[in-house]
Amino acid sequence: MGRIFKFEKDVDTDQIIASQYLLFPTIEEMKSHTFESLDAEFAENVRPGDFVVADENFGCGSSREQAPSVLKALGVKAVIAKSFARIFYRNSINIGMPVIVSKELHDAVSAGDEMELDLENGTILAGGKTYSCTKLPQKMQDILDQGGLIASLNKED
Amino acid sequence: MGMTIAEKIIACAAGKTEVHAGDIETVTLDRLMSNDGTTHLTIDMFNNKIKHPRIADTSKLVWIVDHNIPADSPKTAASQKKMRDFAREHGITFYEGEGVCHQVMMENHVRPGELIFGADSHTCAYGALGAFGTGVGCTDYLYAMVTGTSWLLVPETIRFNLTGKLPEGVYARDLILTIIGKISANGANYRAMEFAGEGLHTLTMADRISICNLCVEAGAKTALMEVDDVAMEYLTAHGRTPKATFASDPDAVFAETYDIDLSTIRPIVAKPHFVDNVVPADECLGVKIDEAFLGSCNNGRIEDLRVGAAVIKGKKVAPKVRFLVVPASRSVYKQAMEEGLLDIFMESGAIVMNPNCSVCWGACQGVIGEGETLISTGTRNFKGRAGHKDSFVYLASAATVTASAVAGEIMTADKL
Repeated sequence: MGRIFKFEKDVDTDQIIASQYLLFPTIEEMKSHTFESLDAEFAENVRPGDFVVADENFGCGSSREQAPSVLKALGVKAVIAKSFARIFYRNSINIGMPVIVSKELHDAVSAGDEMELDLENGTILAGGKTYSCTKLPQKMQDILDQGGLIASLNKED
Repeated sequence: MGMTIAEKIIACAAGKTEVHAGDIETVTLDRLMSNDGTTHLTIDMFNNKIKHPRIADTSKLVWIVDHNIPADSPKTAASQKKMRDFAREHGITFYEGEGVCHQVMMENHVRPGELIFGADSHTCAYGALGAFGTGVGCTDYLYAMVTGTSWLLVPETIRFNLTGKLPEGVYARDLILTIIGKISANGANYRAMEFAGEGLHTLTMADRISICNLCVEAGAKTALMEVDDVAMEYLTAHGRTPKATFASDPDAVFAETYDIDLSTIRPIVAKPHFVDNVVPADECLGVKIDEAFLGSCNNGRIEDLRVGAAVIKGKKVAPKVRFLVVPASRSVYKQAMEEGLLDIFMESGAIVMNPNCSVCWGACQGVIGEGETLISTGTRNFKGRAGHKDSFVYLASAATVTASAVAGEIMTADKL
């Protein structure tokens, strides 16, 4: 079980990690600034295994891979949204962080609720109810299963 | 079955005669652009995570330092040094201080028919020259740099048939903001936006780059335009030839089609904090501003500087307002100098900066403080995009931005 951190629609990558931190040498040095403009305590409060749940168009804006990377570095297990902006979606799969489309979950849960994710069966358990998730295209599922695009490349080599 | 421009370019890059929306294809990239926003992370992964580090074809790589040039801190300097040293060691084409990456790419590299990955979301600008440019993160970039290939889901296309001509005092920025307002911030998510029709021929290359550049703000995977005489003239003047020129087949399948009469477009402003939060500029008149910004990959070209200079000539920037003018490239800067435009801006009290991304990405220079308001020709107005999280960014054309700098409040040029 992990706790839910809830966000609304059109959360852009500047709000996930602002520009002034992007040129910090490593993701480790950036991660304490995650969601700084939306929830200044997020980085302190989030624990490994927690979830980000959002409305439509999560991760819109820039191509900065730092956005999914800081979430992963803080231990966020997956992001579940009604829809994702395409670059954020692709970047997340590439770094091995599950991104899951669920049209129902956001409106049914509150911040701080607990949920469980069953990746293999594509289901979410929250508040005693089971939600099914949209399946990834096989190509993307394969990349995710191997732990991301670099792991997949190293396997090919 | 007919194909769209996007389908034709991907088919070509996949070595096939036909592909269609929904197919997943392995493609060979023609060009790979990366800037100082993420390249330091790409290099770290190249050095530390790849089993067999190698570059498939160095000649396809273009690296550009534009986001924080000149460096604003020791951390930035260290990241850029890493990029500079790696580029030198591997013989990668490298620009530093030459301009905003997309402008540098348009002036020097992009060819019609190419498939280009850029580690920057506004790579879709290259569609102005009929190239399929798309933004990627650094892991995708690294994979393509190492293998020369990647995979792509062939996108559906939304087609925009343009007719008529933009009225006097109305600009490409007003057109694309109108379109984004109409289809919303994710209205083109995963899709290509294609522009064609008689109206396209009336638009300059500066207009076209501005339109294609902003399509990612509707979520688009890429933007594409038919290559006509205007595009070919630009290409020839810059000493290049096409890889291939494509137009969609008459029986190509479009997900949606919009007919837009350019003569109906009016000055538009995008209000905080979303690019699709658009209203007629008249509805924002009187909003007090602290700073105005004329520049960026969207509106920092010579045509934009001419518009701004014509508005501000003989006038002064309002007291307590900072007006930043940032040419998009060294060649734009030089031309603006030769045409006397920089003199006009300097006389008005504007701050003229070196070519870079400036306040458009909120971390280089000119950032705004708590409670402040910026009117900008930059690409985005997200919360905190230009500095403090509690600040406000309005987006508008070069004319509206410059008129506002003079008035000290949001103002259209015709009312100044």
